[in-house]
Amino acid sequence: MSETTTERPAADIVFDHVTKRYPGQETPALDDLSMTVPAGETCCLVGPSGGGKTTAMKLVNRLIDFESGDITIGGNSIRAVDVTTLRRDIGYVIQQVGLFPHMTIAGNIAVIPGLLGWSKDRIRKRTDELLDLVRLDRSFGTRYPAQLSGGQQQRVGLARALAVDPPVMLMDEPFGALDPITRTEIQDEFLNLESEISKTVIFVTHDIDEAIKMGDKIAVLRQGGVLAQYGTADELLAHPADDYVADFVGADRGLKRLSLRRMREVVNGSAAAPDDAPAVDADASLRIGLSTLFASGASAVRVTDGGRVLGAVTLDQLQSAVTRSTS
Amino acid sequence: MGEPTQVIPVFSGPQCAPSNPFCWDWITANWSSILGPSLVQHIYITLIAVVVGLVISVAAALFAFSRNWFAGGFLAFSTFLYTIPSLAFFLMFVPITGLSLTTIEIGLTSYTLLLLFRNTLTGLRTVPRSAVEAAEGMGLTPQQILFRIRLPLALPSIMAGVRIAAVTVISLATIAASVAPLGLGKPIFDAIHTLFDTELVAAALLTIALALVTDVIVVGLQYLVTPWTRVRR
Repeated sequence: MSETTTERPAADIVFDHVTKRYPGQETPALDDLSMTVPAGETCCLVGPSGGGKTTAMKLVNRLIDFESGDITIGGNSIRAVDVTTLRRDIGYVIQQVGLFPHMTIAGNIAVIPGLLGWSKDRIRKRTDELLDLVRLDRSFGTRYPAQLSGGQQQRVGLARALAVDPPVMLMDEPFGALDPITRTEIQDEFLNLESEISKTVIFVTHDIDEAIKMGDKIAVLRQGGVLAQYGTADELLAHPADDYVADFVGADRGLKRLSLRRMREVVNGSAAAPDDAPAVDADASLRIGLSTLFASGASAVRVTDGGRVLGAVTLDQLQSAVTRSTS
Repeated sequence: MGEPTQVIPVFSGPQCAPSNPFCWDWITANWSSILGPSLVQHIYITLIAVVVGLVISVAAALFAFSRNWFAGGFLAFSTFLYTIPSLAFFLMFVPITGLSLTTIEIGLTSYTLLLLFRNTLTGLRTVPRSAVEAAEGMGLTPQQILFRIRLPLALPSIMAGVRIAAVTVISLATIAASVAPLGLGKPIFDAIHTLFDTELVAAALLTIALALVTDVIVVGLQYLVTPWTRVRR
């Protein structure tokens, strides 16, 4: 393994009865939050404005200080190390990206490695590696932020946050300012990237659909910084803890659950599709399958994987996949 | 009676009549002895004042950045200096530093402080909020943010201040020649007491030319030190 790819293992993040109260405010911004984000997983924090989701995230790298409770990363209290060291070990990505306009793209990525005293050669190698990782041409290294589109800037923001391969990443509505097409594209790439590099991510968003897509776990906060429910997307959609969560995940949560599963998971290999059945890719979501089924008027869809036909899926099967209790 | 005595023997050559306001022959004859050396003196008088003023102002602005009491105090102080009539200012220091270059530089430098301090401080304060937030989150210390992020991003504002300061100093430095006989102000003051205008006009035109050239040089310098401001998508 080369010195530039010193893979650091992800670490779990534990909130232990954390309460944050801003001076002069009646209700706390965060009220007795306890939850564990397992190492290597992405936890999406969702909730209304004033629900404390950004506060919860900023406590982790101590951009905001808290009085009671504790937060640990990999078992170590975040108060046990000095704040600069702590932050350099945590990737930080914000909605407005915040690239340094006077530095080139390579310069932006090299800021923390430079402060940590990496050699020029090591920094150059790492920069190339990161530009490859976020799918930017290496020639972007010499450009200035103002020369890049919003999507490209956020890719650089990601590369910069990953520069020293931190075990933990904090992302504050990172794709919120992008147009829908660019957002979908960069979301997909981030999911891919996450499967290659194991990071524990806290991802703040106000968009429940984004949370369902990006999060292994979702924490729904409510007004006053109270954790309403914490679980997988499937758990939240199938069994919302209360009316608030049900309302928050949306009345169409049945449809949203369809988005969580692939056709390949429900396909019935022994059933033959009728002749008029439209084809759906095995990796498409059940939601796409349902849509295709409705649009065609057929009684089932044919599930294909490459050129191969895996079998058929009927409307009844789609319905039972949603109504069946979570596994 | 012999030949009539020449009215202005020193300043006017045989081809230059006193009534001629701009005699080219005088200029070529006196370039290396009067105008050239005065121009060089004027350049270094200006350079010293602007460089010293810049160092003091940037240092003061960096110190003032997180200390509002100092920012207010230094601003009031430099504004006060700026309002003192220039001739009075130069003469004020004569009892202490004499009729010297030092006296001139104290005055000229003082006049640059308001412009340079205010522009530097404004530059440090108007950095994009998102860049600072990212820097904090990434683990840059307040000092590193000040010197690595804010100061370079303040350069366009600082250079704008240098432009005005340099041109102001070039102009004020001519008056300083009334205290110490240095720079392009000297031939101007010398010629004021005579009926011969060429020397005065030539020195004044040189001063204007110097100001224009300096402005272009500072703009060029700004272009060089702020490459990020001239990129396009």
